[in-house]
Amino acid sequence: MTGLRVDFYPEIVAADVAVIGAGPGGIAAAVSAAERGLRVVVMDRGLEPGGQIWRHKAGAAATPEAQPWITRLAASGARTINGTSVVDVRPDADGFEIIAESASRPLHIWAADIILATGARELFIPFDGWTLPGVMGIGGTQALIKSGASFAGKRVVIAGSGPLMLPVAASLADAGANLLLVAEQARRAAVAQFATGLWRTPSLLLQAAKYRVRFLTSSYTTGTWVTAAHGVDRLESITLTDGRRTWRHDVDVLCTGYGLIPNVEIARLIGCEIREGAIAVDNRQRTNVDHVLAVGEATGIGGAPLSLIEGAIAGSTVGSVEAPSGHLLRRRAALVGAAGRMLDVFAPREELRSLPHADTIVCRCEDVSFGAVQGAACARQAKLYTRVGMGPCQGRTCMPALDFLLAWQADSVRPPVEPALVSVLSSEVAGEATPSFPLTSSVGEAYQ
Amino acid sequence: MPRGGQSRISIVINGDRVEVPAGITVAAALFNLGITALRMSVSGEPRGPVCAMGVCFECRVTIDSRPHQRACLTAAVDGMHIQTASTS
Repeated sequence: MTGLRVDFYPEIVAADVAVIGAGPGGIAAAVSAAERGLRVVVMDRGLEPGGQIWRHKAGAAATPEAQPWITRLAASGARTINGTSVVDVRPDADGFEIIAESASRPLHIWAADIILATGARELFIPFDGWTLPGVMGIGGTQALIKSGASFAGKRVVIAGSGPLMLPVAASLADAGANLLLVAEQARRAAVAQFATGLWRTPSLLLQAAKYRVRFLTSSYTTGTWVTAAHGVDRLESITLTDGRRTWRHDVDVLCTGYGLIPNVEIARLIGCEIREGAIAVDNRQRTNVDHVLAVGEATGIGGAPLSLIEGAIAGSTVGSVEAPSGHLLRRRAALVGAAGRMLDVFAPREELRSLPHADTIVCRCEDVSFGAVQGAACARQAKLYTRVGMGPCQGRTCMPALDFLLAWQADSVRPPVEPALVSVLSSEVAGEATPSFPLTSSVGEAYQ
Repeated sequence: MPRGGQSRISIVINGDRVEVPAGITVAAALFNLGITALRMSVSGEPRGPVCAMGVCFECRVTIDSRPHQRACLTAAVDGMHIQTASTS
């Protein structure tokens, strides 16, 4: 064991349960499992637990909904490791070895069971100029605001789809942005139908009304979408259309995005079944792979309240034969129904398929144009010929777009699932058999 | 602690020392300074943050000599040196 730099030695953490993702679902799962006495590690890419919905500035207080859970997580005995990207997951005799990069160091987690709480990301549909600085995600804008960005005085248009537009519009208005327009691509009739459906869930209707009140001075329109962004080196203006006429707005920021899509890359790497883009689970949140559970948005877009319930179901049953409580199962069933109705309303309209032209970039990492991939038979062939989807984001941005535009099936997922330092990729615990529990120490100490 | 009770830290962006609120991310600090182009793409286009949650890798900058760090996932720390792409 000599001759290697110490950075190549991974820190090793052994646990009963490894939770990947510290949003509401991951936190609820970690809390429920840890409070049963299980040794739980919960890891997340972000700087603080909370995920996207509960994101808050480092050192600042979380929102009233989030704070009790974050406090409970801290008291639960679960170990939270922030700033950690999962690179690979390997099954072994006693469970799984998760290889991650944490603070530029390799981190190996041995766990008997895994709970995937990998959340969701935004769907982007490429259009001319969407790569200009100043064109951002709708959720991305919310994340930037929560990270300390100031939008005061910025001319902003939100053009995309889905319920996420309302809270972000409210946040921008509160932050002093000059919010010119909120443009929903879905048809007026569909949005009205959605709003009517909210009567079945009065709390959601009240929430939507509360958001709308905060940006009343801005226009909200349906059946309208962005077709191009213009500018030299940064965004200067955008073109919008309602299908009949087109017009331009001078803007500093365009927030765009077409709803949320589940993050299923790690699940696919492990071999979990994916159904309609989400991780397939049974009523105990179990995937088809033994000892791998999944909760929250990664199992289907449903919102934080549903993620909390699913997390509690997974955390209360993982590693045991206990059935989940009937109370939790009933609350989950009610929330799943409401979420399903929402997705149909905000499905991207057919016209959006003709947004990208031959020279429109679709793969932002490798600068591959739509024309370069259009003729390919499948994602695999396009990757081999053009490097589409082979840059640092590993196709997380372009492949869902190409799935929408060309109906491609996602290519297989291989490690590393995220770019990683060579020291992480090559970190091995040479000569060491799978450790017996308990073991929580760095290899640096263990081999002294 | 200066007024408002919010402590401030000092970081260096492209050689210039600036004060930013403690707890802010590098991406938010750059946004507030009007620096929109964080990296140059493989074909030489300027790019800025898109997802702001670590997925898209568009906000990569050099932090304390480490290239390809995601500005959105990095908290600004007192004394940190940040280098963005040059668009000139």
